[in-house]
Amino acid sequence: MSGLESLLDSRQVWRAQTGVDSDRGEAVASGHAELDALLPGGGWPSAAISELLSAGAGNGELALLWPVLSRMTREGRPIVLVSPPGAPYPAAWRRAGVVLEQCHWLDVQGREALWATEQCLRAGCCGAVVAWLPQVNNRLMRRLQVAAASGNTLAFVHRPLAKVTEASPAPLRLRLHRHAELEILKCRGGFAPSRRIAFGGGT
Amino acid sequence: MRWVCLLFPRLALEGALRRRPDPEAPFALIDGPVARQCIRAANRAARQRGVRPGQALGFAEALINAPLFKAPDAAPLSKAPNSAPDRWSRSGSSQRLETALFDVDSVERWRRRLATWAYGFSAQVSLHYPHALVFEIASSLELLGPWPRLEARLRAELGELGFSHRLVIAPNPAAARVLVNVHDGLAVDDTGLESALATLRLDRAGLASIDSDRDILQTLNRSGFQRLGELFALPRSALARRFGGDLMRHLSELRGEWPLALDYHRPTPRFSRTFEFDQPVHAIAGLAFPLKRLLQELSVFLIGQDAGVERFRLQFGLEGGSVQHVGIGLLAVQRDPDMLLELTRAHLERVRLEGPVLSLTLFAPRLSDYAPTRRELLEGPARQAQAWAALHQRLVARLGESALRPLVEHREHRPEMAVLNGAGPRARDASAGPSRPGWLVPAPQRCDGDVVQLLAGPERIESGWWDGGDIRRDYYLAQWVDGRHAWVWCEPGRQGWYLHGWFG
Repeated sequence: MSGLESLLDSRQVWRAQTGVDSDRGEAVASGHAELDALLPGGGWPSAAISELLSAGAGNGELALLWPVLSRMTREGRPIVLVSPPGAPYPAAWRRAGVVLEQCHWLDVQGREALWATEQCLRAGCCGAVVAWLPQVNNRLMRRLQVAAASGNTLAFVHRPLAKVTEASPAPLRLRLHRHAELEILKCRGGFAPSRRIAFGGGT
Repeated sequence: MRWVCLLFPRLALEGALRRRPDPEAPFALIDGPVARQCIRAANRAARQRGVRPGQALGFAEALINAPLFKAPDAAPLSKAPNSAPDRWSRSGSSQRLETALFDVDSVERWRRRLATWAYGFSAQVSLHYPHALVFEIASSLELLGPWPRLEARLRAELGELGFSHRLVIAPNPAAARVLVNVHDGLAVDDTGLESALATLRLDRAGLASIDSDRDILQTLNRSGFQRLGELFALPRSALARRFGGDLMRHLSELRGEWPLALDYHRPTPRFSRTFEFDQPVHAIAGLAFPLKRLLQELSVFLIGQDAGVERFRLQFGLEGGSVQHVGIGLLAVQRDPDMLLELTRAHLERVRLEGPVLSLTLFAPRLSDYAPTRRELLEGPARQAQAWAALHQRLVARLGESALRPLVEHREHRPEMAVLNGAGPRARDASAGPSRPGWLVPAPQRCDGDVVQLLAGPERIESGWWDGGDIRRDYYLAQWVDGRHAWVWCEPGRQGWYLHGWFG
């Protein structure tokens, strides 16, 4: 026992703790009970980027995000989709409870998409910003993370599966598997169970 | 009635300096026939090197290029004075005297621009006196605060614009004009007026302009008069008899006993101003400084008019005589110079110059009513709405109007028409129709081998026979090879699957 103590004292071994920095940021309920129970603070980290890795559209990413997006629009806060993988189908978004007047999408690519994402995050007036940025690297992610923190904006960045192995500054990283199943790869301030979680998808 | 008189002793020079990227570099206005040009006015950097009005141009250039005395910040002389001048990108340590021709018209132009600026403080602005502006301020003092605060504001705004000035406030315009000859910052009211005028020397009292035929000033001097007070002490009838009615009238004007009918300046409701370059500008980046200057002047003009702009035009005068137009449209009426600059820059990022630019003109043909919104007063939703409006404007300025799209639901069965082309009337009833995918692929793609299982369907969509865009398709929810959910269709009785959307 004393051997363990001395190791801890010499800072060679770190003890994992829950809630080390639970006071750092607040969270926004995701609307999926099982997921909220696992995420520190009980939901999506607000004022930060949540990274979603997937093989492409159709993995249930909208079923995952619609609850929080629709709540934001009902509260009268605009949401912005930056370079989404297709044109949003208004009928489906409306059926999901999204107030369409508050929903905007930016059909831009490349550098402009990055610029627009950062502007939206910094402005601090968007309820949520959802961006599809296959080109973004670690350095740019850090920049976006700073923008989200300074604008106090809820942000989601979709990236391809190839980026799973790359380090990322996002406090929360999720991998979407087949439709409506996800795996928590990283979550700061909490434990990530290494199992797949089914969220109430279904179409 | 309280009248402010602003005197601009260096209007021509400072107007020209506003068009220089580095106002601290030695600069002079020159005048006279080409063979014998001489210095008309010089800025501080040039005066420090000994350049004075009246000197021959060659002499002044020699003072700057090869100073006889060692100036504290003299750069090495190896910089040959007649090496190709790159005036535009020159830094502050320039060793060359920059010059421009003195232009009488430009003095008047700048005076009219300043009158437009003063129009923001008073509806009665007059250009009656050369080199000066007079305007009535009593009616505005209630709104703009006590005089010391207004004075500080006038001075701060003129300092920002780069115009040195002297100012006096007096009960009538004539008195304000003569008092500004010797005072700066003097404020006299009715009781102090007589004594303030009495100490004025006759040669500073504006007497020369009374009668051009007779040198009344000389006559008075020969009679032993030195100051205005001595004239005030004389009986009026004797004064009128000896020196004529015009002098009497002038003295009455100064004391406010004789009303002065002034023509008031009415600003034009258009803004058009040009910036000419010494050297052709090849890149948009080189236009940053002139753009900033012109937009600042536009902003001053707009504040004077109590208006804003919604759209304006930039005209690039190109080498070869052609003109390139760039229209700048804003989503909201603006007049804040920083905001205008940011939005204009964002617009210009998408513009390619068609050639080297020799001049830049900012033209705002129409002004709009401006309702200022005080940011600090707004709370909650109003503040957020304002922030969103600003963000919206910024995005559209850089990305173009078509990039930021709303979601509009149309009453139309054909997916392409409903989502992409926006056909049909807007759906109003929020009835729950059949299931639709969150994403629509812009154009259906053939996908025969990728579907492993059909999960739901079919749903027959058959529409559009009346406009030639008729379709007849059976839509299915299908599972993709990697487990994703897709929206696919096939035409009844035909082979081939098409991917048309994703259930995200």
